[in-house]
Amino acid sequence: MKKLIVGLFVLLPTFAMAAGPSVPLMKAGNDLTDNASLQRGAKLFMNYCLGCHQMQYQRYERTFRDIGIPTPVGEEQLIFDGSKVGSHIKNAIDPDDAAKWFGAPPPDLTLISRVKSPDYIYTYLKSFYKDDSRPFGVNNVVFPSVGMPHVLQELQGVSTAITEEVEEHGHTVTKIVGTVSDGSGEMSDDEYDQAARDLTNFFEYVGEPSRLESKALGIKVLGFLFILFILAFLLKKEYWRDVH
Amino acid sequence: MLKKLATDTIDWIDQRIPMTRVWNMHLAQYPTPKNFNFWYFFGSLAILVLVNQILTGIWLTMNYVPSSEGAFASVEYIMRDVEYGWLLRYLHSTGASAFFVVVYLHMFRGMIYGSYQKPRELLWLFGMFILLVLMAEAFMGYLLPWGQMSFWGAQVIISIFGAIPIIGDDLTLWIRGDYVISGATLNRFFALHVIALPLVLVILVFLHIIALHEVGSNNPDGVEIKRKKGSVKEEDKTKFKIHEYYSDKKDIVDAIPFHPYYTVKDIVGVVGFLFFFCAIVFFAPAMNGFFLEGPNFEAANPLKTPEHIFPVWYFTPFYAILRAIPDKLLGVIAMGGAIFALALLPWIDRGKVKSIRYRCGFHKLNIAQFVVTFIILGWIGATPQTDFKTILSQITTVTYFMFFVFLFVYSKNEVTKPLPERLTK
Repeated sequence: MKKLIVGLFVLLPTFAMAAGPSVPLMKAGNDLTDNASLQRGAKLFMNYCLGCHQMQYQRYERTFRDIGIPTPVGEEQLIFDGSKVGSHIKNAIDPDDAAKWFGAPPPDLTLISRVKSPDYIYTYLKSFYKDDSRPFGVNNVVFPSVGMPHVLQELQGVSTAITEEVEEHGHTVTKIVGTVSDGSGEMSDDEYDQAARDLTNFFEYVGEPSRLESKALGIKVLGFLFILFILAFLLKKEYWRDVH
Repeated sequence: MLKKLATDTIDWIDQRIPMTRVWNMHLAQYPTPKNFNFWYFFGSLAILVLVNQILTGIWLTMNYVPSSEGAFASVEYIMRDVEYGWLLRYLHSTGASAFFVVVYLHMFRGMIYGSYQKPRELLWLFGMFILLVLMAEAFMGYLLPWGQMSFWGAQVIISIFGAIPIIGDDLTLWIRGDYVISGATLNRFFALHVIALPLVLVILVFLHIIALHEVGSNNPDGVEIKRKKGSVKEEDKTKFKIHEYYSDKKDIVDAIPFHPYYTVKDIVGVVGFLFFFCAIVFFAPAMNGFFLEGPNFEAANPLKTPEHIFPVWYFTPFYAILRAIPDKLLGVIAMGGAIFALALLPWIDRGKVKSIRYRCGFHKLNIAQFVVTFIILGWIGATPQTDFKTILSQITTVTYFMFFVFLFVYSKNEVTKPLPERLTK
């Protein structure tokens, strides 16, 4: 019977319900403990994303503290609209205007890493390709017909789709298997990968700012419970000598 | 001096309320079978989880805003700005799933050891009412974070009531308080979730325990420890002090007082449970989308339907039965019937032997197929539909109900193993 219970718990994760995109995701390989990476990610976000996307549930001050940026430095270099350091990370974009420009208002990104996944974000950032049929001239492999322009194009350069002819249900279809940059950007391929990783890392942090604290506290709690379990077991054994 | 003060105080209280008597009757001299195993942890664990839900719930309420404009943001406020708010929220959200884990295992224990059989039918029924209220409590609680899955899951589940002929549409309108899920729905669900249902739940748990203590616990052998007065030799009676309330009416064998023996044993169970519970709370509170679904981190948007709508895992077996049947009304009846059939177990099972240990091989197979059926249904209800899964869900819906049909048939003239005279081990 005990085996049955253990079996049930082992089975649980296999019921994973992530429907996910049909494109295989790349591994982000980001590291929440890497403050330098988080700081670079924050810088990228404030410079390239915040114009349209907000993080309306996250505050500047908390962010600076958690990723190791001294408050005065953060205030000077990362707050562009004169917001108070204790305020939420917002922009002044009017959602109705934005909807007109992009087809839909740009979503809030505070929790995007939890709605999707870090791997999804990383893949998304690396999957823009040139597509002249779209309003902004770009499309995305993991998010077809995306309404957003490729704002990091100046960093990555113009990337184009690599296609392959594949047999599917008896038909030959053209599938996009990857993208390749023309090298016109400010960054090399490796540098752009790292930038995408940094930004992903920052999104994962903001999605759950308590993650690292939770892990650190969790280890102490489990350690305490482990010792308590031994003591409780010995106590039970001692009492039950009367019964056996 | 101090000792005298203590006894005087206790006497003073005892003359006014029956403190010592209740303590003895229900704990220190309450007769419990001595052979409880692993499966008997889940009753006390359910109480532990209930207390966890109430306490963390109270503290969450202090910062939660029950309005369609403020709900989602207030949950993120709790997660980010409230001291240890993330811990309170994860304890509560993980607690909801843990509640169903322990309650399902607790019910399964009742099934394998025949604990629902005479004279414990009412005890079982109170338990079934607890399950129903718990389902309503969990469902309403899931709307409160006001995420996409909260909104659309509630939309789907409330629309189920619309399948009821004649009154269906009016009923859904009455439940929602609006033509769609809205702030009005959120407000009333909040009221029911934090006051009405917990109150009912606590009362039902109280009745469940009162009913248990009147008939006494069953045990893994399914052999009663309370025997006819005068039928047991003096040296065979339990050597432990048992309250006269029980020993005056019956001769009691193989019993030990609940306290201290099962209190110290339950502490082991509690700590063991907390280890797994905290591992989830601190390291994987979303449980890969099982306890907290990804789309629920996006604020409710009535104009945008999620790609797939699933209830949380604990509802998925019943949801799969609903979806298995092409006709909506019949599906609702089957889903309700799946729970109602469990409530009727004391009358469906006509066997005289309680425990699976001494019942026929077919009974063991039947229970095994029921477990497999339940797990498959849960998996189907939690994943997107395919043609194969639709057929599989129809097959497992049949095997779910066949469990009860088979049980009713074979339990009448079942070939059982001989029962032991006394409890084993």
